[in-house]
Amino acid sequence: LYFHIGETEKRCFIEEIPDETMVIGNYRTQMWDKQKEVFLPSTPGLGMHVEVKDPDGKVVLSRQYGSEGRFTFTSHTPGDHQICLHSNSTRMALFAGGKLRVHLDIQVGEHANNYPEIAAKDKLTELQLRARQLLDQVEQIQKEQDYQRYREERFRLTSESTNQRVLWWSIAQTVILILTGIWQMRHLKSFFEAKKLV
Amino acid sequence: SEITFELPDNAKQCFYEDIAQGTKCTLEFQVITGGHYDVDCRLEDPDGKVLYKEMKKQYDSFTFTASKNGTYKFCFSNEFSTFTHKTVYFDFQVGEDPPLFPSENRVSALTQMESACVSIHEALKSVIDYQTHFRLREAQGRSRAEDLNTRVAYWSVGEALILLVVSIGQVFLLKSFFSDKRTTTTRVGS
Repeated sequence: LYFHIGETEKRCFIEEIPDETMVIGNYRTQMWDKQKEVFLPSTPGLGMHVEVKDPDGKVVLSRQYGSEGRFTFTSHTPGDHQICLHSNSTRMALFAGGKLRVHLDIQVGEHANNYPEIAAKDKLTELQLRARQLLDQVEQIQKEQDYQRYREERFRLTSESTNQRVLWWSIAQTVILILTGIWQMRHLKSFFEAKKLV
Repeated sequence: SEITFELPDNAKQCFYEDIAQGTKCTLEFQVITGGHYDVDCRLEDPDGKVLYKEMKKQYDSFTFTASKNGTYKFCFSNEFSTFTHKTVYFDFQVGEDPPLFPSENRVSALTQMESACVSIHEALKSVIDYQTHFRLREAQGRSRAEDLNTRVAYWSVGEALILLVVSIGQVFLLKSFFSDKRTTTTRVGS
């Protein structure tokens, strides 16, 4: 999967993940060659800056990589993590008309594991390896469910806040209505008495 | 690949995928936040022929089999919005997932334990899929609830102010009716 961005443009993606979940991103960039009218196979020298922010806006990852690379981070707070990519092109915006093609692949949680590597390291039989994979799948599902429980709690707080606002603002408006009515009566009564119309 | 991205107002963003002929693909998308939770979506084959096109859709899923090799392009457009930006999720699945037990260099059928593992794996994949859908629906519902919360607060304050202005306005309007000097002069004259 790939997309196009301007040479000095920043492109962000949102990843909603539970906590303690590993994310691996692989990317590759190709620069547009104006003369040949084609994307170059590779662009050595071009760098890519990757910045990841957690749901609170705190920077989790902020690093410079090559034109092709892989970035990894682990979430410690559940929620929307923002992954931003932009090239380190230093050409002034006036002259930067270049186009970049970016190939991107983001793997989350269990999909981020490299099972052949795990099998070689731990000397697992194939059945043991697959059992491990199933366990990881179940763990990922459980993390997601814990996150959903957290989101449901927040959702409930929002709904209860709406309910409270409706209630109290209704009461406040009723009180305002009564007070302005009383004020109207007193004000007009005194005015009419002053004009000897009553 | 699964991606969630932000689509500014009046913007259009396209993604490309190289697909081999005969591959079965599924494009699924959903708008999570913004405006009326809708987006334009369009899928084109390497020759530019439109395979899928929907306007102002909140959620959809489209499955097709690639009839030729090449680069397939799908675009999400928010060009009909002048104010609201959208958050869009899409899942573009190309081909089938690799099997749990690769069938190469195997001389025997799967043992009963291995078959059980395969069944569990498929079931867990279904669970993950449902979980993703639930998370997206929850995110959309949450966004609507927060929007409702905000609107209730602002409109309530606004309504209270309108109430005050109208009430005070009534009083001064009535006073102006009875404050006309000409009327007073007329009464004195008669």
